[in-house]
Amino acid sequence: MNDAMTVEMNASDEEQVKSARSETILYVDGVSVTFDGFRALNNLSFYVEPGELRAIIGPNGAGKTTMMDIITGKTRPDTGDVLFKSEIDLTKMDEAEIANLGIGRKFQKPTVFESHTVFDNLLLAASGGRGVFQALFHRLSDAEKIKIEKTLVTIMLEDKRDEMAANLSHGQKQWLEIGMLLMQEPELLLVDEPVAGMTDSETEETAKLLRSISKEYSVVVVEHDMEFVRDLDCKVTVLHEGSVLAEGRLDHVQKDPRVIEVYLGR
Amino acid sequence: MTDYRQKYQMTPVVGWLLNDRGGMILLGILIAASILVPASNLLLPESSAFHVPTWMISLLGKYLCYALLALSVDLIWGFCGILSLGHGAFFALGGYAMGMYLMRQIGDRGVYGDPVLPDFMVFLNWQELPWYWYGFDMFWFAIVMAMFVPGLLAFVFGFLAFRSRVTGVYLSIITQAMTYALLLAFFRNDMGFGGNNGLTDFKDLLGYSLQSDGTRAGLFVASCVFLGICYVVARGITQSRLGKVLIAIRDAESRVRFTGYRVEYYKLFVFTVSAVMAGIAGALYVPQVGIINPGEFAPALSIEIVIWVAVGGRGTLYGAVLGAFIVNYAKTFFTGAMPDFWLFFLGGLFIAVTLFLPKGVIGAIPAFGAADRQSIITTWRKRLAERRANEGGKA
Ligand SMILES: Nc1ncnc2c1ncn2[C@@H]1O[C@H](COP(=O)(O)OP(=O)(O)OP(=O)(O)O)[C@@H](O)[C@H]1O
Ligand SMILES: [Mg+2]
Repeated sequence: MNDAMTVEMNASDEEQVKSARSETILYVDGVSVTFDGFRALNNLSFYVEPGELRAIIGPNGAGKTTMMDIITGKTRPDTGDVLFKSEIDLTKMDEAEIANLGIGRKFQKPTVFESHTVFDNLLLAASGGRGVFQALFHRLSDAEKIKIEKTLVTIMLEDKRDEMAANLSHGQKQWLEIGMLLMQEPELLLVDEPVAGMTDSETEETAKLLRSISKEYSVVVVEHDMEFVRDLDCKVTVLHEGSVLAEGRLDHVQKDPRVIEVYLGR
Repeated sequence: MTDYRQKYQMTPVVGWLLNDRGGMILLGILIAASILVPASNLLLPESSAFHVPTWMISLLGKYLCYALLALSVDLIWGFCGILSLGHGAFFALGGYAMGMYLMRQIGDRGVYGDPVLPDFMVFLNWQELPWYWYGFDMFWFAIVMAMFVPGLLAFVFGFLAFRSRVTGVYLSIITQAMTYALLLAFFRNDMGFGGNNGLTDFKDLLGYSLQSDGTRAGLFVASCVFLGICYVVARGITQSRLGKVLIAIRDAESRVRFTGYRVEYYKLFVFTVSAVMAGIAGALYVPQVGIINPGEFAPALSIEIVIWVAVGGRGTLYGAVLGAFIVNYAKTFFTGAMPDFWLFFLGGLFIAVTLFLPKGVIGAIPAFGAADRQSIITTWRKRLAERRANEGGKA
């Protein structure tokens, strides 16, 4: 009888896991990665629901960027599963494939195409044919133009459309990069430290921008700035030494003594 | 300024040609030269002040081939950041393909009088033509090979290198290794390409004597035409969305990957196109200089090409053409007047350009300061407007 019960329990457990998975846009489970003997990620697990806005915080070197490297195919995990939309295994794919699945990524250091105009930066990011010959014979369509103009408004750069990206301020480059993600029409956006180097008003604008973006897409934001994370008003995951330390509302995790010890208390 | 792109929206090709001042000048010069130079050589008496002597036609034709080679390097280096230090290899392979055709054209007029075998094979006691010499008695086949062989080598080499994500200095080093390996291979007699001496003593091309003025003028015109065609093709590539992707790769390769482009395919495409252009340059070069030998594979020569591009101005295409002419004219001058100083001069020139003219000679000419042109105009307008406003305020 005991045995039967265990079996039953296992089955229901599995079902639970399955149903948890079927509701996720991003499923990271038991991921570890080691660089020259240093464990950057240690049995990391977390799940993001479709349409969710999630903030990830953690001290320097906690493994936040490494986590994004794993999700976007830049780094391969030693162990663990990374699933997109509950079924697509991301650990076997390369950067371009993952991007084309609908995962956009903003880098920690803002990275735009400096010798292209703002307009061309957005054009290059626009979803659509990525093939060599498609690109060779591509002609700008009206639909693309309209989409670019819309994005220019969203990222507050409409008067900079013909400016070289190299001439933008640091904050504007961050916005342009976010705009490039939007042009890709991704389902999931990974945004690494979007407000680093921004003024206070820019930071506020960015929080607003990300909140409005999260109405349409699932968004994961990595950030240090607590004010900003508070503005985002969403579930927070705290990383420490490559694994999840706490998860919940910001007020909640801020009260967690372990979190205070490793991060907020310093 | 009229934006021709707006005006000729239905015909983008016309648009991007008209918007390209340097390119228009280059094409204009090429068209004029391909008519006037042969005409003056063939029609005017030698005593005339406007007579262009045949040796000068050959010299200019040679420069045109170098210019095409420089253009091919600028296409990958200036626009995609691929610094190839082995492009001389593609040039030489194109040259060998043409050389093989010219050897077969000699027929039984060689020293040994063998109707099929080139002299060096008779000398080596070979009994029959190696299989890879078959077909080279046909001109069209040699031309196809002059493009296909460099293209294939670039494709295979690029596939391996770009797929493994070899970039920067490492890529430059392996391109040097590639051309060096070919240098050693072509030196060997048993390769069947004439070893140390290479291929020479050519007689005629398509039945026309290579020594005649008419043939020389014809080769000169062909060089102008191919440089013009390749310029238009290269310009078309760089103006397309593909060209924008290439520049994006040059600026931020990983951003391009995370945007969903397969960077390796883009590099492979442009690297192969560039190698084909270098092959064409080599094929045009060989009949004009009358010889092709393994020396063309020398790593130092490939480095020199990069200097031409840097001197002229990287990333403009026409700058590369100008650079090839400037440096090679200087080389002709120095090797005649002060041969010992040539390498010092070349080294000094490279350092000077890197330090003082990072955008090359073209970048130093205000009208061509390319990207800055627009901003110069806007600054001027602003200043004018300010001045007017000030004057208005006073009055
Ligand atoms: N490619 C790599 N090789 C070796 N070590 C690495 C590599 N990438 C990351 N690390 C190490 O892994 C740890 C986690 O780095 P990561 O960049 O993910 O931290 P982070 O949480 O993003 O920090 P920050 O807030 O400073 O951006 C760091 O100690 C870092 O030095
Ligand atoms: Mg980081």
